[in-house]
Amino acid sequence: MDFRYTEAEQAFKNQFESWLSARVPEGFGTPEYVPPATWDGIADEYRRFQGDLFRAGYAGINFPKRYGGAEGSVIENIIVSELTGPVYFHALGGCHVISLGLTAPTLLAWGSEAQKEAFLPKTLSGEIIWGQGFSEPNAGSDLANVGTRAVKEGNEYILNGQKIWSSFSHIAEWGIVVCRTDTTVAKHKGLSYFLVDLRLPGVDIRPIRNISGDPEFNELFFEDVRVPETMRVGEEGEGWKVALTTLGHERYLGEVAMASTFFKEYQELVALAKRMPLSGRTASKDPIVRQQLAQTYIELAVMRCNGYRNMSKLARGVMPGPEGSVGKLFWSQLHQRMTEVALDILGPYHQLTGDSRHSIDHGKWVYHFLRAKGNTIEQGTSEIQKNIIGERVLGLPKDSARIAKKQ
Amino acid sequence: MDFTFTEEQEILRDSARRFIDKEWRAEDIKAFVDHRRSFTEEMWQKIVDLGWTAVLIPEADGGLGLTFVDLAVILEEMGRGPMPGPFISSVVLAGEAIRLAGHPHQKEAYLPKMAEGEIRGTVAWAEPGDLNGLTPVKLRVNRSDGFFVLNGTKIFVPDADAADVIVCLADTGNGTGLLLVDKDLPGVKIHPLDTMDRTTNLSEVIFGHVKLPEDRLMGKPGAADPLLKQILNRVNVAYSLDMIGGSQKVLDLGIEYAKTRVQFGQAIGSFQAIKHICAELLMGVECARSIAYYAAWAQDQDDQEASLAASAAKTFASETYREVTREVLQILGGIGFSWEHELHIYLKRAKCLGALFGDATYHRERVAQELAY
Repeated sequence: MDFRYTEAEQAFKNQFESWLSARVPEGFGTPEYVPPATWDGIADEYRRFQGDLFRAGYAGINFPKRYGGAEGSVIENIIVSELTGPVYFHALGGCHVISLGLTAPTLLAWGSEAQKEAFLPKTLSGEIIWGQGFSEPNAGSDLANVGTRAVKEGNEYILNGQKIWSSFSHIAEWGIVVCRTDTTVAKHKGLSYFLVDLRLPGVDIRPIRNISGDPEFNELFFEDVRVPETMRVGEEGEGWKVALTTLGHERYLGEVAMASTFFKEYQELVALAKRMPLSGRTASKDPIVRQQLAQTYIELAVMRCNGYRNMSKLARGVMPGPEGSVGKLFWSQLHQRMTEVALDILGPYHQLTGDSRHSIDHGKWVYHFLRAKGNTIEQGTSEIQKNIIGERVLGLPKDSARIAKKQ
Repeated sequence: MDFTFTEEQEILRDSARRFIDKEWRAEDIKAFVDHRRSFTEEMWQKIVDLGWTAVLIPEADGGLGLTFVDLAVILEEMGRGPMPGPFISSVVLAGEAIRLAGHPHQKEAYLPKMAEGEIRGTVAWAEPGDLNGLTPVKLRVNRSDGFFVLNGTKIFVPDADAADVIVCLADTGNGTGLLLVDKDLPGVKIHPLDTMDRTTNLSEVIFGHVKLPEDRLMGKPGAADPLLKQILNRVNVAYSLDMIGGSQKVLDLGIEYAKTRVQFGQAIGSFQAIKHICAELLMGVECARSIAYYAAWAQDQDDQEASLAASAAKTFASETYREVTREVLQILGGIGFSWEHELHIYLKRAKCLGALFGDATYHRERVAQELAY
């Protein structure tokens, strides 16, 4: 057990840090910074930043060089993820999440050679942004209940149906889409996984505003959309497996990036508490605020250690055990507690939006607070996480209602 | 960066697990609690024979010179037992105090014998009158005729009656000092306290005009603060690891019950009301492990991280142990509320270790101070 960087790793970190400081969006890291106001502006910033990262050899650290990756070490990957996390999430709208966190590793694991060559370099360079088309009105936690049909006709599939909560499709060129190709078999065995050009005729994208008013996701309608057979990932009927491939590396890396992002929010929160008066002293001197801030720090330290623990197993070629399955459940709850602390500290000032007189930090705490409400829902709700942990990790029996439905 | 235990550490954990399974079975701990037994010299000798008392003591002082991470795997397994006795008091509290603060002649006098298990120690820190018990140290030591004279009362001293030497924190008039007090000196009186948790042995120690030669003072007067911090860090990491072992054991009991107890025609573990509690508890235990292992490593690094990580570990592990025992009691239902079931042993230990050397509230404030809010 040793948490220090080697000299070479430290040198890599220093080098990357200094490279990064010159490439982040202008003003990023200062209290005055606000991200672009529109999603088009955010997408442009993302493409520029990701392109710079790619050309400098810092994109796709764990991807093979022949697909545009850097073939770096797990530690280098941790370093880059920690340092870029706050940039992606606070300045670039998290545009990388589906593209780099989900699509690229899925293609690497399941894609045909042609698919990898066509899509991986352009995805790592930010030229292509991917949207996600998994959930449907009747397939939320019960994802295998997907009803969007893909019917084979010659060497094409004809897609019809509706997706919902489709992240990033409003700025994406391509989407990863799970469709039903066989209605005669058990529901999770009749699915296939497709790469769909979202600019094709018959694709209709309608934005949905999230709880903060931000149109960050979409409804996605397919009406007779013709997708070439070559855009199917994996075999027909393997869609469930492809969609749920344990993307260990990216999942754990994502948690490391998230931890450093939340740490940044926490540091800003402490700075706020040190600045804001409360009952004749600064908020940071109030005993309850101190308890809340310290508890937040402690939970963040736990989250970071969870991430390191998982990554260091992967670095040794071992898949994390039970410790790997609890990360998402923990951080999603943590982020909600932390952002609620922020609003508690602000008192009635938390009501003021960025546009209001007297608003604090451009209203960003309200945004974090509201956005965090999605954390326990997206990527599998907390209830689904607990079922997975209870049944697959602890070996508890499935509940009879779910067994009966499967039969 | 590497978060994994070495092969040697895994072997150590394995042998600790097998030793405790064999020598300290569920019926042993129940009998210990039911009949208010004391830890036996025979059991102490078995632990000594395994080399556990020598782990942290440098080779030059007759020990094995291993790291806190090596000790961590032992502590976690002992917490599973739970294995009562003066191990943490002697090895982590007194042993580390002497190793960190002792003058060469003091180390020479105590450490080799402590490594061999011939003598045991503890630290007397808390004093009556302050609810967290830790600060400030008021017990006064006066100088008279080339002697120190100790007068006053310490409380919540762990395993004082099993100790040969008590490291006593006292106000020297020039800051807090650490004094080596042999227990058999005239004027040292030990009153065991009657506690809810019967696996932990806490005493009141009264020093009535106890005369000590001046060479019993460790370190320099007025320079003890960094040492006290290190001792506080280490005992809290040790308790955290003990609490994690206990938490895992209690969770195992709860899961076993949830798999086998049938109501409404099915194992209760199939109900999400039960399953989801188990998942939350596993999350707590694994999170506590992550921070406590890191804290164990940080103890050998001597930086601010050692304090931050120790307080984070204590906060998280103590709240996890409390939650696990509370929730598993609920899963067990009536049997969990009975004296017959072993759950209560852990539930009470969780409260006890959680409060000793600073509870979660104390440690959160300590984090706030470290981070200069």
